[in-house]
Amino acid sequence: MFEALSDRFEGIFKRLRNSGRLTAEEVDEVLREIRVALLEADVNIGVVRSLQGRIRERCVGDELSGALTASQQIIKIVNEELVATLGGETMRITYASKPPTVVLMAGLQGAGKTTNSAKLAKWFKAQGRHPLLVGADLQRPAAVEQLRTLGGQIGVPVYSSATDPVSVASEAIAEARRLGLDVVIVDTAGRLAIDAALMAEVRQISEAVQPDYTFLVIDAMLGQDAVNVAKSFHDTLELDGVILTKLDGDARGGAALSVKEVVGRPIAFASTGEKLDEFEPFHPDRLAGRILGMGDMLTLIEKAEAAFESDQAEEAAQRLMDGTFTLEDFVEQLNAVRKMGSLSSILGMMPGIPKEVRDVEIGDKEVGRVEAIIHSMTVQERTRPEIIDTSRRTRIARGSGTNPTEVAQLISQFMEMRKMMQSMGGGAMKRVKKKTKKAKGKKGGGSPSGRVSAKGTQPEVKKAFRLPGLDPVADQLEKAGIEIPGLPRID
Amino acid sequence: MGVVGVLRSSAYDFVMSLLAILLIVAGVLAALGVVAAVVLAFRRQTPAIGGRLEPMEPPRSKAPKVERNDTSSDTALVDTASDIGEESAESGAVGEVLTPVAPSFRDRLRRARGTFSGTFASIRGRSAITEEVWEDLEEALIRADVGIGPATELLTAVRARVKSAGITSPSELLEEVKSEMITRLVAPIDLRFSAESPTIWLMVGVNGVGKTTTIGKLGHRLVGEGKTVVMAAGDTFRAAAAEQLAMWGERCGATVIRGAEGGDPSSVIFDAVAHAGSAGADVVLADTAGRLHTKSNLMEELRKVRRVADKGVGSVTEVLLVLDATTGQNGLTQAREFAEAADLTGVVLTKLDGSAKGGIVFAIQSSLGIPVKLVGLGEHAEDLVPFDAEQFVEALFAEED
Repeated sequence: MFEALSDRFEGIFKRLRNSGRLTAEEVDEVLREIRVALLEADVNIGVVRSLQGRIRERCVGDELSGALTASQQIIKIVNEELVATLGGETMRITYASKPPTVVLMAGLQGAGKTTNSAKLAKWFKAQGRHPLLVGADLQRPAAVEQLRTLGGQIGVPVYSSATDPVSVASEAIAEARRLGLDVVIVDTAGRLAIDAALMAEVRQISEAVQPDYTFLVIDAMLGQDAVNVAKSFHDTLELDGVILTKLDGDARGGAALSVKEVVGRPIAFASTGEKLDEFEPFHPDRLAGRILGMGDMLTLIEKAEAAFESDQAEEAAQRLMDGTFTLEDFVEQLNAVRKMGSLSSILGMMPGIPKEVRDVEIGDKEVGRVEAIIHSMTVQERTRPEIIDTSRRTRIARGSGTNPTEVAQLISQFMEMRKMMQSMGGGAMKRVKKKTKKAKGKKGGGSPSGRVSAKGTQPEVKKAFRLPGLDPVADQLEKAGIEIPGLPRID
Repeated sequence: MGVVGVLRSSAYDFVMSLLAILLIVAGVLAALGVVAAVVLAFRRQTPAIGGRLEPMEPPRSKAPKVERNDTSSDTALVDTASDIGEESAESGAVGEVLTPVAPSFRDRLRRARGTFSGTFASIRGRSAITEEVWEDLEEALIRADVGIGPATELLTAVRARVKSAGITSPSELLEEVKSEMITRLVAPIDLRFSAESPTIWLMVGVNGVGKTTTIGKLGHRLVGEGKTVVMAAGDTFRAAAAEQLAMWGERCGATVIRGAEGGDPSSVIFDAVAHAGSAGADVVLADTAGRLHTKSNLMEELRKVRRVADKGVGSVTEVLLVLDATTGQNGLTQAREFAEAADLTGVVLTKLDGSAKGGIVFAIQSSLGIPVKLVGLGEHAEDLVPFDAEQFVEALFAEED
């Protein structure tokens, strides 16, 4: 579906044989591609223009190093510019010296203010604070009801009354003091940025409660209008930060970049799922990779973390590495993978997966066929697929509604895969262990080898997050992606 | 090997390459498990990095939904906002209107946005069609979220027409652009009724686009036209979604059928259809929980909802994708996925009274053939109006203050 920027570049660079400096025309051509990619990711057109300017300067000026191809070099520059624009640091929340710390949530309708108020409350609770949720959205039917339900689920008190939003908010501060609660989160009604009357109302709320933090809640799917919205809210309320929601979809979230560039306020938190704990401080560099369509390993890891029982996954990995991985394990893994979302979207998050593979639509039906075949095997067959002979094959095919050739193919692919993983496994495991040690010893971790992968972003990602052990995975991906026989070629 | 053989072998190749991919995925994820374990251990030592160490919950348990779904989608228009004493104006407005007068598209937009000036005016002011004019047009289209691909394609077509028709003045060019756009948007927008009652209309979409509100408004309109309406609270996931719908039902005089929170949406809708059948109701408006189109299990749930809705008496004649006008390029992906899962028959474009232009509907219409049928232009029940391609295109080029 969407093409990574690197894929776009491939076409251009194929024609560019020279390895040194790019000519001005070549840079222009590349910049046009960058423009299209950024616009498709919903980055505001004005912001795209200024980014283009900065990238051009660096592309024309810089001598391209010999170690990297021109394509990698430029992607690196683009990524760096995006990260710089998004702001390098994750926002830190400080607390008011005289409690309570007041947080005001504002935004358009349907951005996710109510849900994210609750998520934020849960987050504060996890930080050892005692939040109070305030239902000042008296506009939308049942909004306060929703907040009360959510408050009940996370064990946070909710204050509201059927007066008017301004008094509800100010009463809530007094209530928090009385109860000795140290954080107050005020959920307001959704409003359009051009609605003067409602903007005046939210300003009154803000003046009444004097918030320490005012967050604009915006959704990652926002288009070009994001900058107008952010500007209006910023002019009215003096924003402190942005909460970016619905990042668990496949929207690229370019709007967030525009908002940061236009109002100069960081994205403080990101909401990454429907569950109330799927909410975390925002990491700019991850979004940069996402905007470029270059995969998002870290998000993938986190998704995997949520879908897999970690010890179970570890066990499976261990078996995979030493060659005792069975079809039973495979089905288990498959189901866990499906919990993470559609296979195509997961593949989309992986860097190093060739474009041809990424573009293949994998429906649940096909996965179902594979499952059916495995489910039609006996336990013995699943653990030792080598015992499957012609008669067993025929039976399995009949049981699963497939044909014996398919069964045979599945088995041979599985065995081959297992063999390959086993041979790769030994080395990778050792390296993971070694790196963990290193990272633990020296907190800075970083990228020990300084290896620049084909997709360019990983060194930055690693540096910022100090996550050990990404390299072996990337290696495996690359190897797996390239070496697996029978990969589809879609031309 | 005949044609059949070739076909079979390619299908077979496909299945096999798929297997290869699956095996890679499984392998990689197993490896990821190791990485994740390492990361977890590492993070525990440096707790400042993130607070995401809570135990995992089962997917989509009773935990409430991410987004505030289906909110009151459109806020008051500027001129009516002054008399909004919170809920009073809203309920007042709903209560009194029994004979809805559909306001014209233009009126609504005009009130929300001021005059139609902007790009069109500035282009009209030029003396010749220069490269700059084309660039301005492209920028206007991109700013309206039409998308770079469709915008380029559209302007290429206009360029050809301008050349062949020998157009030289910018204002004639604008007419060409408009008519080209309108041609691409015009489609039948009637909401169809089934031959046998009840007619079932299903609202689907991602979180927070205004599904529940759209049902409320649509119900209001239908009741005003003398129809008996049953609303099915198929959003059993978001906290208080059913309450929200119940309030709408109460206001407009529709029966609301609810299930337990966290219950099976298909069964709620099935019950609503059965109830409508026995009560002789005309229309069932079925709400669904907001879902991101990337969540395969939730899309699977939606498929089931779509199937089950058709199982009882009556039949589903409209499956409407509710789309927020602020949505950017992801809107096309949403439409594609929802169309695949639930056979969309149209789009409801909500929140168009804001500064967002909703240009993504171009791509949706041209690449998927799904027309916009209704537009939300305000928060009152009567602000849900039929789509008008011409007005929409004009508004696309309007400039917000």
